[in-house]
Amino acid sequence: MTRRLSLAPWTYGFIVALAMWVVTSAYSGIDSAGATLSGALAFGAFSVVVGTGQMFVVASGPGNIDLSVPSVLTLAAYVSITVMQGSDGMLLPGLLAALAVGAVAGAANFLAIVALRLPPIIATLAWSFVFQSLAFNLGGQATLKPPAGLSRFTLMNLGGVQFMPIAVMVLTLVAMVVLKRTVWGRQLLATGQSEPAARLAGINVARVRLIAYMLCGTAAALAGFLLAGFSGGAALNMGDAYLMESIAVVVLGGTSVAGGQANAVGIWGAALFFNLMSTMLNTFGIQAGVRFLLTGVLIILIVALVPRPRVR
Amino acid sequence: MSDAPARVPARSPSNPRSALLNAMQVGLPAIALLVMLAIIFSIRPAAMSYFGFHLLFKLSVPLVFAALAQMMVIMLGDIDLSNGAFVGLITCITALYLGDAPAIAALCYLVLIAAYAGLGLLIHARQLPSIIVTLGMSFIWLGIAVILLPAPGGSAPAWLAAFMSWQPPLMPLSIWLAALAALAGHLVISRSSYGVVLRGAGGNPRAVQRAGWSVVGIRVAVYAAAGLLACLAGLTLTGLTTSGDANVAPAYTLLGVGAVILGGGAFTGGVVSPVGTVVGALTLSLAGSLLSFLQVPPTWQIGAQGVILFLVLAGRVLLSERAR
Repeated sequence: MTRRLSLAPWTYGFIVALAMWVVTSAYSGIDSAGATLSGALAFGAFSVVVGTGQMFVVASGPGNIDLSVPSVLTLAAYVSITVMQGSDGMLLPGLLAALAVGAVAGAANFLAIVALRLPPIIATLAWSFVFQSLAFNLGGQATLKPPAGLSRFTLMNLGGVQFMPIAVMVLTLVAMVVLKRTVWGRQLLATGQSEPAARLAGINVARVRLIAYMLCGTAAALAGFLLAGFSGGAALNMGDAYLMESIAVVVLGGTSVAGGQANAVGIWGAALFFNLMSTMLNTFGIQAGVRFLLTGVLIILIVALVPRPRVR
Repeated sequence: MSDAPARVPARSPSNPRSALLNAMQVGLPAIALLVMLAIIFSIRPAAMSYFGFHLLFKLSVPLVFAALAQMMVIMLGDIDLSNGAFVGLITCITALYLGDAPAIAALCYLVLIAAYAGLGLLIHARQLPSIIVTLGMSFIWLGIAVILLPAPGGSAPAWLAAFMSWQPPLMPLSIWLAALAALAGHLVISRSSYGVVLRGAGGNPRAVQRAGWSVVGIRVAVYAAAGLLACLAGLTLTGLTTSGDANVAPAYTLLGVGAVILGGGAFTGGVVSPVGTVVGALTLSLAGSLLSFLQVPPTWQIGAQGVILFLVLAGRVLLSERAR
């Protein structure tokens, strides 16, 4: 990709988010600016974790998308909470169980795409029905509380700075390095740009995509694990909001839906934009309908106005 | 089911054997549908009657129209993630205005169909990914619907509710409507010369452009048709539920996509089958009833629907493998 002098597409999310933060703070007093930002960072962190996984899948080629994200998130939350049984000592096994659920779910998604030659949209949709059913059956028992340690971790403060968003920022940095510097990252983008060319260059395209889907499932599972601690337990609809949001933050973050090009930092801008906008409209006391309307208008405006690198 | 999958002419099957296999590929959801009906009838022979069919397929009517709307967009190589939210908005407008102020309701429908056409224009003019534009539109439709009708309510005009519970001769209304929709779609999309151009605009837009057609015009017209079909889905749904609800139909978006793919469609553009889509929509809406008849516990029903989707699609792969 050539360097351009004009603003890169992914910076628009940050700019809009910043504008919204300033407007919200101006409206409700400068004292609340810190609280507004830390709230947006905490909620945005979950969107970023889910979105980063979705980014790997979207970048792996045109048509690749994972619609099972919300159900994997929910299922992983239920499995980990069931494993932990509310005891702090079981935190690590709980985390590992969640991650394992995510990895297996991702592998199952990819297997269905390859073995049945299904469009990813359909394969991941059908699996999401199955995962949803599994979560539903696990959740049928009495609601289990997350261990106090997990809740403490998700809300932990280090001298006024929340720990979890920082950890997720580190994760974003790792994702950037993976995309730019590792063999798999380069292979992923090459596969996304042109599958035949990548294959002729000796890349094991199937393995590259398998890893992308497994990473996506694992990321969704990690978000489910953390969200269960953050919101005091697992709920059957806890993942619903993340279906559309995971796609929106990836695309608004500067990743091309045509594949072959990914941007990990941009996801933060888009996630902050989404969360700060709902905070802003809430402080203005705007009703839910108008909030939805403005969200949609802004998504379309950003996509329509932002100059995009020509991929095709 | 002699409907060959609608293909771009250049790729149409040349030998009779692959033509037969192609026909079977589209016929597969039909076979699945018959198998499901056979299982239901063997459990409850009483369901094998006019009234039984009426109950089994009653709720499929709106899904059939929503799936056909989705098919129009998929035909162009796009996807419409706002379909379900749009149907919800139409139910709100119908329940609020159609009874008392039909002129306002009609005006709303026209404006919304024009908005769909404008969506096609925007996607074409700026070469935007339809998936993200329609994702944004889904928020807009939902927002308007919630502004109009914050909580489910309103009431369907009496004539609409009466029409949806009308029991015409020979077959239940749902089967009549599905058959008519499939026939109309088949004649326009799969058989007419315009249909070839429409499918061509999805499969090979450059060739259609060179042949002197306006691809922009086609995209706008096809999106408007998708809007009209989604309006019909909303109208029939309101007739069934007799009230408006912004959140009544989000599932239609992905069920519609599933029906198109089950019916032999593909995301590559230009490959769709109206008959297959209608049968696919009937199959998906019957899957729920089948699972109740099999006494699958409610907690497993949605998962079993996923498995049914996989089974039918796996059959498609087996057939297309043999066609090679």
